[in-house]
Amino acid sequence: MIALLDRLGVWALNYLSRLGRATSMWFTSVAHIPHGQDMHLVLNQLHHVGVRSVLIIVLSAFSIGAVIALQFHTQLSRFGAEDAVGLGLTLTLLRELGPVVTGLLFAGRAGSAITAEIGLMKTTEQLSSMEMMGVDPLYRIVAPRLWAGIISMPLLTIIFNVVGIFGGFIVAVQWLGSDPGGFWSGMQAGVELWNDIGKGLLKSLLFALVITWIAVFQGYDTEPTAEGVGLATTRTVVLSSVVVLAMDFFLTLIMYGDF
Amino acid sequence: MIEIKGLSFKRDSRFIFQNLEMTVAQGKITAILGPSGSGKTTLLRMIGGQLKPQYGFLKYKGKDIASMSRSELFGFRKNLGMLFQSSALFTDLNVFENVAFPLRRHTNLSRQAIRDLVLMKLNAVGLRGAASLEPSQLSGGMARRVALARAIALDPHLLLYDEPFTGQDPISMGILISLIKSLSGTLNATSLIVSHDVMETLTIADYVYVIFDGSVIGEGTPREILDSSSPKVQQFINGTRNGPVPFHLDAEDLEKQLMVVEKN
Ligand SMILES: Nc1ncnc2c1ncn2[C@@H]1O[C@H](COP(=O)(O)OP(=O)(O)OP(=O)(O)O)[C@@H](O)[C@H]1O
Ligand SMILES: [Mg+2]
Repeated sequence: MIALLDRLGVWALNYLSRLGRATSMWFTSVAHIPHGQDMHLVLNQLHHVGVRSVLIIVLSAFSIGAVIALQFHTQLSRFGAEDAVGLGLTLTLLRELGPVVTGLLFAGRAGSAITAEIGLMKTTEQLSSMEMMGVDPLYRIVAPRLWAGIISMPLLTIIFNVVGIFGGFIVAVQWLGSDPGGFWSGMQAGVELWNDIGKGLLKSLLFALVITWIAVFQGYDTEPTAEGVGLATTRTVVLSSVVVLAMDFFLTLIMYGDF
Repeated sequence: MIEIKGLSFKRDSRFIFQNLEMTVAQGKITAILGPSGSGKTTLLRMIGGQLKPQYGFLKYKGKDIASMSRSELFGFRKNLGMLFQSSALFTDLNVFENVAFPLRRHTNLSRQAIRDLVLMKLNAVGLRGAASLEPSQLSGGMARRVALARAIALDPHLLLYDEPFTGQDPISMGILISLIKSLSGTLNATSLIVSHDVMETLTIADYVYVIFDGSVIGEGTPREILDSSSPKVQQFINGTRNGPVPFHLDAEDLEKQLMVVEKN
């Protein structure tokens, strides 16, 4: 019993100290707004983290938009309400699926890559040798990745939404023969700038903060072995996916809950 | 230049150093010889301020390294060139950019000046022709020489070499030895070499420490070390198998351990 409490205590202390280190790392790095020669590091990371995620985002968005339109169409056409397909699809994407699915894909595609890369740098003593040269790896390695993630996630979400709506349009209008005028006008009348577009992008920004934070810290805190890097990469994907889904629930409650 | 007094360092519950005493003289080449696992790399990390000793202190120009503030420490490190045992080249930069890295970070030199300096340093280690290669395209020995070029890019006052001779063929070994010598001569840099390559180390060092089991078991000029009467020191420099320094890490008797496996 005592031993159990003891183990629990050690675990809790370790957990708190990890959280503390992660938090202090985040603030130190983010406070370092890249400038001068660091700008090209951010651009470089925007390419790695952002541009390279575009393909997977576009493909997923198209099929998700198409599937949602198909489902809405079959249900709504029974009541002759096909014109609502455009609005239903758009709201679903803007408010929920856009930020959430982009977040999940981003965690799997970019988050894992960030963790693996930083973890490998640690394992091969690159971070150590940088420190010995009087260059802080938090500024040189961590900060550009944090900023690139924070900038690219909302942009990827916008791409996801646009492509998703396009996918839905193809299915509902081109394939199932809804009226294009009804599809667009329903959307135009129903979508609000802040309530739907703004809040959705705010969600994606918050997801970006959390995912990049997890990814960077897991890499930086890796046990410096091949096995350690593998475990850390898995943890990044699992942890950020779970956190994104949980956060989305609470954010939806706060943003759209009626109470 | 560097003064180590009463230094003890523990990892988990095992002492790696106990009451270590050492001085590294300004402008000289000091060498530390010790068997694998004796804590040589650990000691260099303490000098660079990445690890802190539990007892005792390391002083650089009279200043305790462990109690330097973050900015003092980073300032100190700008004057420090360290060759890592694993080379530790940055994998996201090519050879040229690796050597240029400290120059770009710590100086305001023009592009042209940086280019010339980098090519000169690469030339000194015989790898000017490798400037545009990626680290993954280098052999282990080449990577070490690039890492050396990077370590000396800023002409540091203090040079720490962790196993500089491993993986070098006889020709590049000769070049390396004369390079390390001339660096300490022309720059008046203080050098600390950590190694288990006895003969190479003895040819260039001005002063040598032999460490074993957490403390110094012999010190002196290379001549004095070679003539040492201590059986431990003799065993280490001659590489004999049986003697006071065991080849095996402490363990159960081999026969006993094998018997146990058989019985199961
Ligand atoms: N991260 C670590 N955690 C726990 N123990 C460690 C760690 N790094 C090194 N050690 C232990 O510290 C001791 C000294 O290691 P160190 O790397 O300094 O040896 P070394 O003299 O440089 O050896 P080599 O000549 O093989 O490079 C070793 O016994 C090793 O087991
Ligand atoms: Mg070592």
